[in-house]
Amino acid sequence: MTLTKATQATKTGDFGKRKSYIKRYWQLYALLSLPIAYFLIFRYGPMYGVQIAFKDFNLFQGINGSEWIGLEAFREVFAMNDFYITLRNTFMLNFLDLLVSFPAPIILAIMLYEIRNAWFKKISQTLLYIPHFISWVIIGGIVYQLFGTQSGMVNTVLQAMGMDAIPFLTDKNSWLITYLFTGVWQSAGWGTILYLAALTGVNRELFEAADVDGASRMKKIWHITLPSIKPTIITLLILNLGKMVSIGFDRPYIIGNTAVREYSDVLSTFVYRIGLEAGQYTLATVVGLFQAVVGLVFILGSNYISKKVTGDGIL
Amino acid sequence: MSARASNRIFDIVNITFVSLFVLFCLLPFVHMIAVSLSSNRAITSGEVTLFPVELNWSAYTQVFSDHSMLTSLGFTVILTVATTLLCMLFTIAAAYPLTKGNLKGRKFFMYLIVITMFFSGGIIPEYLLIRDLHMINTVWALILPGLVSPFNLIILITFFKNIPPSLEESAEIDGSSYMHTLIKIVLPLSLPVMATLALFYAVGRWNGFQDALMYINDPQIYPLQLKLFQMVQNNMVTELTQMEGANRTALTPEALKAATVIFATVPILLVYPWLQKYFVSGVMLGAVKG
Repeated sequence: MTLTKATQATKTGDFGKRKSYIKRYWQLYALLSLPIAYFLIFRYGPMYGVQIAFKDFNLFQGINGSEWIGLEAFREVFAMNDFYITLRNTFMLNFLDLLVSFPAPIILAIMLYEIRNAWFKKISQTLLYIPHFISWVIIGGIVYQLFGTQSGMVNTVLQAMGMDAIPFLTDKNSWLITYLFTGVWQSAGWGTILYLAALTGVNRELFEAADVDGASRMKKIWHITLPSIKPTIITLLILNLGKMVSIGFDRPYIIGNTAVREYSDVLSTFVYRIGLEAGQYTLATVVGLFQAVVGLVFILGSNYISKKVTGDGIL
Repeated sequence: MSARASNRIFDIVNITFVSLFVLFCLLPFVHMIAVSLSSNRAITSGEVTLFPVELNWSAYTQVFSDHSMLTSLGFTVILTVATTLLCMLFTIAAAYPLTKGNLKGRKFFMYLIVITMFFSGGIIPEYLLIRDLHMINTVWALILPGLVSPFNLIILITFFKNIPPSLEESAEIDGSSYMHTLIKIVLPLSLPVMATLALFYAVGRWNGFQDALMYINDPQIYPLQLKLFQMVQNNMVTELTQMEGANRTALTPEALKAATVIFATVPILLVYPWLQKYFVSGVMLGAVKG
């Protein structure tokens, strides 16, 4: 059957068509083969390795040689106290960050939009974007210099004003201030870009009409500027809520330390600590897989919400 | 109060607030520069705020005479350039074919790529993969795993799609091959977006830390960030031992740490202002969904 079909196809010239298709497109497939090989090896390769979450993995037997243990490792992880602490910290740090770092660029973008001196505005923007390009290692170095209890500049200034020194790095509650400070410092300026882009689309005639009505600047911000960036705000808010379980490694690992571990240990640092430092590969993979799956659920959930609220998904 | 006067007051207050925020972003750097130029005595007694006390350049002389630091800087520069070139090559190689709507399998390849934006194997399986490929302690562990960022790829696809098709079609009628069209027509029209992506890749590699921490323990190929991190950790030891009242004489002088931080920041500050207008447009392209 298939043979006759194939011969028929050749007769009717499909073979020739295929040949000319390959002749026409081979360069594109050749180009594509490199990045696709990359994705298969370096992105899908680790996905194959995820199976060790269900295996009693050891380095000598390798991924395929290790024995299946079903959900035993999951049971062990869900019985670990540290797992719940790091899960709580991940949510807590992300939530506090959202509370502080989310409104900052909105306010800053509105203030920048109100500046009429083009030269001052441009210089300010250039300087405000700089922190975004600074690595967490460097920020860590700066933070220890600024917030040290004994000779850090912030405490020196506080003491000069007659206040007590605050242990920004070694007391877990004060450390939260340090953590949040780094977030605002690094992201507030950069975050204004999308809002300012949305604002370039605002019809200037709206402001002129408001001028005729004698509206104050604050009134205009409230009734014209803010509503025009509202869709951007909502989309970014939903996007951020979708990322509540994912947390970068560098920031909590570098800004955190053993004295404040009760708050600074999050899922990403926990995976690193039990996996690569303690060599419990299976348990660490379980935590990583848990984070990836819950993260996916959050993203899909926020996409669903976004469709309901804004009529457009974020994916 | 007249409308004019209230307008004026608004401007003054607004400019003041923006200026304060700009200062908030800059003061940490100013302080680090001041510390790097001050004497250790002045630093540890907390006299240094925004201006150097007992001005001296010895910290910088030390950084520049530290052989391992210069090696690390040189290695990181080469690594960053090589990574950026390879990343751009692979990203372009993926983006161009994926803009051709009549290419068979295009949808499948798109799904293959987009899925990796939302799900990944996690760092342990990735570590085991790098280990199985015998890439631990080689530069390949720092280059290959991040070769194509799906996010950057989608920015580039979006940009390629916006190039008027008539330009490419006329070249195709003239019998130009796809490779030729890509190099002679598409790429020259895409210089701004390529500058943006190259900057993203370069900054990512320059600032990259976790992969170096995981894969590299040969001091010969320590990227700058890993080298810096060891000093930062050193700082933390200072902070913790102070709590316990231990002595601190054996630790790296603060001025030297500050000078190193400045040393690692300056290259970024030198490159960044020239590319600002490109990456701002790049961020906006990224916001438009692919």
